[in-house]
Amino acid sequence: MPLESPDTLVKRMLFSVQEFTLFCGEAIANLFRAPHYWSDIVTQADLIGVGSVPIVVLTGFFTGGVLALQSAASLAQFGAQAYTGRFVSLSMIRELAPVLTGLMVSGRNAGGMASELGSMQVTEQIDAMRALGTDPMKKLVTPRMLSTVVMLFLLTIVSDTLGTAGGAFVAVFFSAQNGTQYFDTAYQALVYSDIIQGLTKPICFGFIISTIGCFYGMKTTGGTQGVGRSTTQAVVVSSIMIILMDFLLSRIMLWIFPPI
Amino acid sequence: MTTTPQLEEQEDAQHPAHSVLVFEDVSIRFDGPPVLENVSFKVGPGETRILLGPAGVGKSVILKLANGLLRPDSGRIFLFGQEITKMPEHKLLGLRTLTGMVFQESALFDSLTVRDNVGYQLMERRLPVEEIDNRVREALRFVELEHTYDMLPASLSGGMRRRVAIARAIIDQPQFLLYDSPTGGLDPVTSTTIDELIIKERDVYKTPALLVTHRLQDAFTMATHRFDQEKGEMAPLPHGTTNPDTTFLVLHEGRLMFDGTTKELVTSQDPFIKEFLA
Repeated sequence: MPLESPDTLVKRMLFSVQEFTLFCGEAIANLFRAPHYWSDIVTQADLIGVGSVPIVVLTGFFTGGVLALQSAASLAQFGAQAYTGRFVSLSMIRELAPVLTGLMVSGRNAGGMASELGSMQVTEQIDAMRALGTDPMKKLVTPRMLSTVVMLFLLTIVSDTLGTAGGAFVAVFFSAQNGTQYFDTAYQALVYSDIIQGLTKPICFGFIISTIGCFYGMKTTGGTQGVGRSTTQAVVVSSIMIILMDFLLSRIMLWIFPPI
Repeated sequence: MTTTPQLEEQEDAQHPAHSVLVFEDVSIRFDGPPVLENVSFKVGPGETRILLGPAGVGKSVILKLANGLLRPDSGRIFLFGQEITKMPEHKLLGLRTLTGMVFQESALFDSLTVRDNVGYQLMERRLPVEEIDNRVREALRFVELEHTYDMLPASLSGGMRRRVAIARAIIDQPQFLLYDSPTGGLDPVTSTTIDELIIKERDVYKTPALLVTHRLQDAFTMATHRFDQEKGEMAPLPHGTTNPDTTFLVLHEGRLMFDGTTKELVTSQDPFIKEFLA
């Protein structure tokens, strides 16, 4: 495969950024334009949200458990095992639940969206939809975007809860800590800004997952090989963007809500 | 300068507003050499224009340009008298509901049943369920596939999928039909069935159409046959006669090199056309 010259590569990347920005703009603008496909929104919410519950429950629970497990030994050295609940809840709610839930849903759904829309694109179903007078952005993309944002928000809350519970399970049954003390410290450690941080991130991550998945799907070319390529790229790019956006959002949140 | 009334009538008839579809010097290229170069033609009311050409020459591109699914690099396109070359997509969506398009590989929505595929446009318009059901059954009856109502496209043969695609295209009584290789990849018997449906739509409903094909036998079948409504089947026209509203276009290397009647086509002395028809 011949190497691209740097200027061609940069132009191609800038063009992709432009296309993606316009794509996102249209997806958001369609929220305020008729017709609205409420049944598609509900269907996607079921597929994306309800379908991801098992994986989010498992991820959250065991992540909380691992946090408690790993922190137990370190905290015990300082006689601070009582702070396990605080440690687990802050870590889960600020960072781990949003990011890990986002990554799990990205793997499951960004790829799913890219492959579904990509298959439709290469078999001319998207063109057929346009020929029948239906806007595929309104019918396919905007419902997925809205559903993913809403459901990821709710799934993160589920992950927060299960993570805290997982930590409690390990703290009580493995580290012989007091359950009441665990939940007390977990609750008291949290302040308003922690909740805002932890629940703002899934909104951004949901937007990233859905728009990247749909964008790669709608731009698929090259038959079944192209669908495979789009699926892989959607998962990889959305995962990387989640990590990058997490860093950016954390920095912004710490600036807005500086530590006391 | 004054013009004679006859010339005025001719100019008036050629005005984009009186033709269903007008291409004026349309050119388009993707990566590489131009796919279409200065292509100009019209489809008048009641006309069926058959676009012939070798595989890969750009025939499907013309259909997609005609429906605004692609935009030309230069030139103008008029659909129902309105210029669609730079028309915003949301306005084009409304115009497209007046057309029906049959794609090369049918392009049925594979997660929807035949009923939902055929009734798609009606569902989008939020018509009552009973009306949709009745009209879907009527469209499926036209293509003789009423029994596939609840089936998924994956359960259908290639020919059946093509017929369902035709039912989907005609259900809302379009004012213009676009067929992209409707018999491509089908066996001769099934191809004849599809030809019969197209001729039936042409002769019974008089819907103007642009039909793309590289199969000469199907093209000439359409020019030399009519639909016998009494017998409910295709019948040949008297020997030596052709359907006057069915005319031909030939595309070669991005340029339209023939635009005329069946007789003009078969008697053309152009070397490429002679070789193509041989």
